[in-house]
This record gives sequence, structure tokens and C-alpha cells, in this order.
Amino acid sequence: MLNVHSIETFGTHDGPGIRMVVFLQGCPIRCVYCHNPDTLAKWSESCRQMSSQQIIELLKKEQPYFGKKGGLTVSGGEPTMQAAGLLELFKAAKEAGFHTALDTNGVICSEEVHELYEVTDLVILDVKHINSEHHKKVTGVGNSAVLENAEYREKSGKPMWLRYVLVPGWTDQPQFLEEWAQRFSTYKTIERVEILPYHTLGVHKYKAMGLPYKLEGLAPPTAKAVSDAAAIFQRHLPHVVVA
Amino acid sequence: MPKSPSTSRASFKKSHWQEAIDVRDFIYTNITPYEGDASFLVGPTATTVSLWQSCQELLAVERKKGVYDIDTKTIPTITSHKPGYISRDKEKIVGVQTDKPLRRAIKPFGGWRVVQAACAEYGYTLNPQVIELCQNYRKTHNDGVFDAYTEEMRKLRKSGVITGLPDNYGRGRIIGDYRRLALYGVDRLIEEKQNDKRSLNGAMTSELIQLREEVSEQIRALEMIKEMAASYGFDVSRPAESAQEAIQWTYFAYLAAIKEQDGAAMSLGNVSSFFDIYIERDMQVGLLTEEEAQELVDHFVMKLRLVRHLRMDEYNQLFAGDPTWVTESIGGVFRDGRHKVTKTSFRFLQTLYNLGPAPEPNLTVLWSEKLPEGFKKFCCQVSIDTSSVQYENDNLMSETGHCDDYSIACCVSMMETGKEMQFFGARCNLAKTLLLALNEGKDELSGIEIIPGIEPLPQGKLDYTEVRRRFDKTMSYLAEAYVNTMNVIHYMHDKYYYERAQLAFMDTKVHRNMAFGIAGLSVVVDSLSAIRHASVTPVRNDQGLTVDFRVEGEYPTYGNDDDRVDILAHDLVHDFNQELSKHPIYRDATPTLSVLTITSNVVYGKKTGATPDGRKKGEPFAPGANPMHGRDHSGAIASLNSVAKLDYLDARDGISNTFSIVPKSLGNAKADRVENLAALLDGYFAKDAHHLNVNVLQRETLLDAMSHPEKYPQLTIRVSGYAVNFVRLSREHQQEVIARTFHEQM
Repeated sequence: MLNVHSIETFGTHDGPGIRMVVFLQGCPIRCVYCHNPDTLAKWSESCRQMSSQQIIELLKKEQPYFGKKGGLTVSGGEPTMQAAGLLELFKAAKEAGFHTALDTNGVICSEEVHELYEVTDLVILDVKHINSEHHKKVTGVGNSAVLENAEYREKSGKPMWLRYVLVPGWTDQPQFLEEWAQRFSTYKTIERVEILPYHTLGVHKYKAMGLPYKLEGLAPPTAKAVSDAAAIFQRHLPHVVVA
Repeated sequence: MPKSPSTSRASFKKSHWQEAIDVRDFIYTNITPYEGDASFLVGPTATTVSLWQSCQELLAVERKKGVYDIDTKTIPTITSHKPGYISRDKEKIVGVQTDKPLRRAIKPFGGWRVVQAACAEYGYTLNPQVIELCQNYRKTHNDGVFDAYTEEMRKLRKSGVITGLPDNYGRGRIIGDYRRLALYGVDRLIEEKQNDKRSLNGAMTSELIQLREEVSEQIRALEMIKEMAASYGFDVSRPAESAQEAIQWTYFAYLAAIKEQDGAAMSLGNVSSFFDIYIERDMQVGLLTEEEAQELVDHFVMKLRLVRHLRMDEYNQLFAGDPTWVTESIGGVFRDGRHKVTKTSFRFLQTLYNLGPAPEPNLTVLWSEKLPEGFKKFCCQVSIDTSSVQYENDNLMSETGHCDDYSIACCVSMMETGKEMQFFGARCNLAKTLLLALNEGKDELSGIEIIPGIEPLPQGKLDYTEVRRRFDKTMSYLAEAYVNTMNVIHYMHDKYYYERAQLAFMDTKVHRNMAFGIAGLSVVVDSLSAIRHASVTPVRNDQGLTVDFRVEGEYPTYGNDDDRVDILAHDLVHDFNQELSKHPIYRDATPTLSVLTITSNVVYGKKTGATPDGRKKGEPFAPGANPMHGRDHSGAIASLNSVAKLDYLDARDGISNTFSIVPKSLGNAKADRVENLAALLDGYFAKDAHHLNVNVLQRETLLDAMSHPEKYPQLTIRVSGYAVNFVRLSREHQQEVIARTFHEQM
């Protein structure tokens, strides 16, 4: 069984093509800019327990829309917190012929997670900062597990997309952007790199939940800041896209 | 040396089309399918830009005044007006409805009172001689209908339970195969019609007499087309011999129809790949360049954008934005699996860039997963850029209709080109039908009894079985009355306002459908679901009429891919369709049903009291087969899947779905958006869904256009089966469009 926060039937931002995106409940880290604070806790009253079979049934209803590229994406929260249940889901999904994608922050590095990678057609790995100290500032934990997971995926030879959330003052230091891009420049499995400019659309959720918002008043990056970051990435990496 | 067109005409492949009138065979044997992308397309020529500029000046005057001008004196015929031009030396395709572009004609034979009122609304006076003629010497369709209407029919009409009936305006929806003029010329077509007439012999029943008279009228129309074309300097007695002539001839045939008739929807048909055969041939022999080919198409489309009918404001409330439904169907697949996409399919869509977005012609892509990728992508790109295209399921229609040369009548209705027509019949308000069942057959607003014999309901909470029993009875009663009313209307329309110019381009033994419709499907379905799955108690006034409903508890709503409620929608459409087929129909027409409101969902809502789904009195319905605004909360695909469950076999006249999505929800990069929209269409139609209007828009854009219409003269949106200039909609219609579900992601 999986603790599901919500399901988007027409996902077009988390992987290729049209996808059913299952958002799982629970995340081990606390990013300062998190725009889904309602998915963080391990359990919430509004989430529901779903079996792999139930999710596969939903997928089947959507199958004709997937075309050659689309399929299932599991996001969160941090989906690998439920790696065991997810492994069962992805195995079943693959058996039924669906493309599987995992949208992960990579902070959990375990054999179980690597086993999950094996039945994941596409890993979408969000490397939130290349400098471990800064990674810790942004998320509360260092980045060694994230980089280890990236390395593991690269060695497996299977496709991966990288993501980077560009937050003014937190993740936009040019030297670190450069370092980030260089770090992955020799990787052969990277098909796409997405820059996600920080936005404030999730702020209202904090208010609704009565939580303080750490980045109160911070404006999204300017168009120039985004294109500067993209230019740095493009020097080292293939297919850089601004989301 | 380029060959002359007449010698190269011999290069068309010979086949059955030479023996008999068979345009489909000509296309089948001569088409050059195109597999590539849009990179060959070119922008407008300087002449096109200047000509369109002239049109836009006229259109600006029209937007301000409501009409550009009205010829209040001349009852139009095919030959009544001398030639008219936008700018004679620049036009590659000529001909306007009257003697000036945008100058509207009076067409009193549908009903003179409407014409008189329309003139008055725009500050004109209808020539009194016209009124005298219609009152004393030449009866109109409208007068004929009301002579034959029963008390019951008048009551139903007045209450608004059956509304929009074509009893005081042209019924439209009949599509001539206008290509026939280009392929065969007038003389050959007359010869064929004369042969047909000779064979219409035997016992002179009223049916046979009627048909003989009609064919004579058709022949007369063909003669007049020859004369009209000659006044523009063309000899259409012979077949067209070049691309320019093929387009011009086809346009003359269509022009004849729109000169005489002002039918609610007068589609063009399916002409692009037909034109392509002539264009390809002219290009091969060096007579035409890509620029010139695009120019011909641009100029032709410009003419279609200037088609106008004189309507009164009341009509505009039903069908908003002054639509004409010059529907052109593009693409599709032959029954043997070969697709029908040509370079000219692309060229037609390209007009939306060369001339800017526009609601007319109503460009309709006959979608199939077998269409070439390049074309699919171009269609989706055009949709994303212009919101001016609609899509229909080609596989579903060609399999159900057993034909692969068809056109779309009005918005969504498949008609085999030149062989099939329909008697258009507006729609029955299903939400009001349900309220009649809850109010002992009385109109919930006026208290007047409309349907006899509906027993009162037990007090208190509504019981599903009890409600259903009464509802089925009201539906059954209304279906019969609806059929009878339609029979009267179409008898009179044939008699007093016969479409000779359209029927001249159709087979003499044409297949007739009678096209019924329903409105308010999602309102009724959600109401029934509420009654079944939650607790609904009516609130009644002192007359005992329902004024509101108290709903306690949760219930599933249509639009969330939930079978518990979607099955109600499916069955309702099925049941109503079954009811229609129980009754005798004029000229043995086949009854068909549409779930399509056009923009009348606003007026229907206005005339309908509060409903058990929580909809308040007067609030608009959702358009067509759409889920109610905001109740499809499980995402775009779930919403589409619910509509896809309606069975096309129960609604052969079409199931319209209007889909609005914000651009970003289709994906991050432009290329992703194009691909995802194509996959969405593939998926929806793989589910045997019938039709999808696609709007890719920000709600904010529409809000801004409401405040600053001058900034958006060409902003086009798809409503229900057609497109409109957003700024020409009434405020109520604009608000209804903005209230619709715009699919966005979390």
C-alpha cells in the first residue's frame, strides 16, 4: 500500500509526454522554498491508501493518452520514502507496459532505492545544490547521498533527467552553478536538464496550514538571472530547458 | 514553355468520376498525399496584406455599427445583385453576396417579421413593398409553420422547453457538394439533373410531385449560377481548368447558396484536398508558385470570412457572435487507410497566420491517429497559437457512416458530401424536462401546465425511482411532440424556402436525417446523481412549484471519470434517442440526436429554474456535453474520459466537448506542448469520443479583453462547435466562457 497525497491525471511537467502523476505523502527533508508543504508529513488526514492494483486500474483508463512517450510518474513528497511499496507498483506498471518515472530529490540512498531504480525507466533527479554546505542550508541535509545516487544511475546506463531549482540568494551563485554543470558534464545518461525558477505559488498553503514561510518576501528570479543560469548549464550539458 | 491548363487537364487520372458525378472518386484517384511538415508554407503576398487591410477597415465599421450596411430593397436571388468587389484589381477570387462586401441582404422567405425587426434594430427600414408582398402574395415559411402549429406546440415553444426551432429563420445545415461545379461545370450538372427528372415518373404521389418540382428548381438555380458567374466574367458552363478556376467555381457554387439562403449554418464542405489536385497539377507544369497557391487560398478564405446574414438580436442571444458556420473539414483518412492530408490542408490552416486568427471559416480537422505526424504537429501548433481549430474523430465517423468523403454540417454533424442532408431541429431543454417531472408537468417558472398526467411526488426528500418514473414519462411525451413540431417546420421550409442552390449540388435521391438535440445534459445528470446518491429535498413556493433544492450529503458528479454517474449520462442520451425513433418522420428522414448547445446554453439556463444539482435559477448550463463548470475536479483526462463514455451511436448528430487549457498546462517547452496536445487528441479519440474544441488560453487574457476589447479585435475562442470573436460576444456570454473550467495543474 502507498500513502497517496493526490493524483494529477494530465501531468505534463514531470517526465516526457502525458503522464499520470502520483504524489506520495511524506518527505525526509525540509527545503526552505518547498511549494508543497502539505505533502511533507508522513501521514495526513487528507491522504489515501492505495494499492498498486488500484493505481494500475487508473493508469489503464488513461493509457490511450500516453502515446509513445507518456506513462506513470511518482513524485511527492519524496517517493523513495515508500520505496518498498513503490517497487511493487513500478514492477506491476512495467509488467502492464507503462513507462515509469521517478521524481526524486535523491537524499535516500539505499539498496532498496537502487532496486527501485532498476524498474524505473526515467529517474528525474533534483540536485538542489552542488555544495554540500549549501545543500544543507537549503534542505537540512548534505548532498552526498544525492551525488551517490546520480553516480549509481549513471553507471547503470539508464536515462536520467536532472533538475535544478533556481532560488535567488540560495542557489544562484555562478561559481556553484558552474561546478554543478561540470560535475555532470561527463555523464552519458542525462537526456534533459530542467531549470525550475523559484515561484511563490505555494506560499498560500503555508498560510492555510498556519506555518511560517521562510522565504517571505523573496521575489522569483528575473528573466535575466534565469537565462544566465541556463547559459552556464548549456556550456556543459545537453538539452537545457527552463520550466 | 509551360503547357496551357487545358492540355494538362488531360493529365488527371481517369476513372469512374468521368462516367458519373463522383467527386470522391476524382479525389481518391488523383490526390497527392503529403507526409512532410509545415516548412514549405509561405506568408501572405503584398497583395494579400493590402486586400486584408481593406477588409479590416470594413470590419472595423461593422464592429462599431453592428452591421456594415443592409440592402433593404432587394429580395436576393442568385442573380439579383450586380457584381461586387473589395478591390477589383487585387482579388484573385471574386464574388460577394450582394453588390458590396459585408452589405447584408434581406431574406424574407424564412419569416418577414424577423427581417423587419432586424432592420429596425440597426436603424434601417425594410422596404414596405417587401412586407406587402409577403403578407398578400408570397407566403413565408414562418407563416406556414404557424398556420399548422397546434396549441400544444405553441405552448412547448413558449415555455422554452423546446427552443431555437427554425420556424422563423432559415434552417440551414444543408451542404451542397460545391466542388461539383468545378469538376463538371454547369452544363454537365444540368444534363444529369434532367436525366434524373425524366426518371422521376410513375404514379404522381405528392412525394413524387414534390421531387419533380424541386429538381426543376435546382436546374433553374444552375442556369442562374451560370448567369451570375458570367456577370463576374467567368464561363462556368464548362469544368474548371486551373487551380484558380477550381477555387473560383467552387466559390461561385457556395456563393449562390449564401445569396439566396440565410440558414443558421451553411457549411462549405470538404474542399482543401480537392483544390490541392489542381494546385499540384498547375505547379507541376510551372503555372503556379507556392506564393501564388497560398495567395489563392488566402483570398478564398478572406471571402469566407466576409459571409454575413441579417440576424436580429434575439437570434444573437442563442447563437452568439454573429456566426455563419462556414465549416470546412480538413484531413481524414480514406477507408483503405491512406490519409487525405495534402499541402493545401496545411495552406488552409496557414490562413490563420497569414490573415490572423478568426472564427470563420470554421476549420475542422478530421483527426485520426493515422494522420501524418507533420500534419498533427502543425494542427496542434495552430491550436496553441490561435484557439481557432476544432477536431472530430475521423475513424469513428467514417466507420459509422461507411464513407470517407464527408463534410461537417454546422458544428459537429457528419454528412456524406453531396449525398446526405439534414433537417435541423435545435434542441430540447432536458433540465427543464426534469423540472416538469418534479412539478406535475407544470412550467416551474410560470406554473402553466405543459404536460398532462404527471402525478404529484410524495412530500419531502426526492425518491430516485419516483422521480425517474415521472422523468421518463415527460421525456417520452416531449420526444413525440418534438418530432411532430419538426415535421411541421420542415414541411413548410421545403414548401416556402427551398434550398435549390444547395440541393442542385447534391444527388437527387438524397438521404435525409432529422437532427434533434438536447441541452443541459450535465445539469440533469448531476441532478439525478444527487437525488440517487445524496439527499435532495425540494423547496416549493406557495403554488407548489420548486424554487430551490436542499442537498445534503456527497454525490459523484459527471466529469470525473466516475462510472456511478457517467452511466446516467450515457443512458439518458440513449433513452432520448430511442424515444425519437418511435414516431413517423417527414420524408422518411432518419432521426439523429446531438448533444450540442452552440452558445444557447446561456439562454436555456436563463429560462430554467433552480435544479437539484445546486444550479441556481437562471444560471447557464455547461455547453454541449461538457461537465458543469468547476465540477470536473479530477483533472483534464478524467473530464475527457467522462464525455467519451457517451455513445456516438446514440448521438449521430454529434457530441460536442469544449476544452479549455492554459498554455503552461500542456507542457514547459513549446515543442512539448505541441506533442502533448497531439497525444491528448489521439487518446481522447481512441476512446471513441466524437468532438473536441480546443482553447489554449489564459483566463487573464479573456478578462483583459472584456475590459479592453479594442486591443483584441481578432481574439478567437472555440465555444461549442464553432469559434467566435470573443469581443463580439455579449457580456453574459463572455462571463459564461470565463466561468468554464480551465484545466490547470496543481
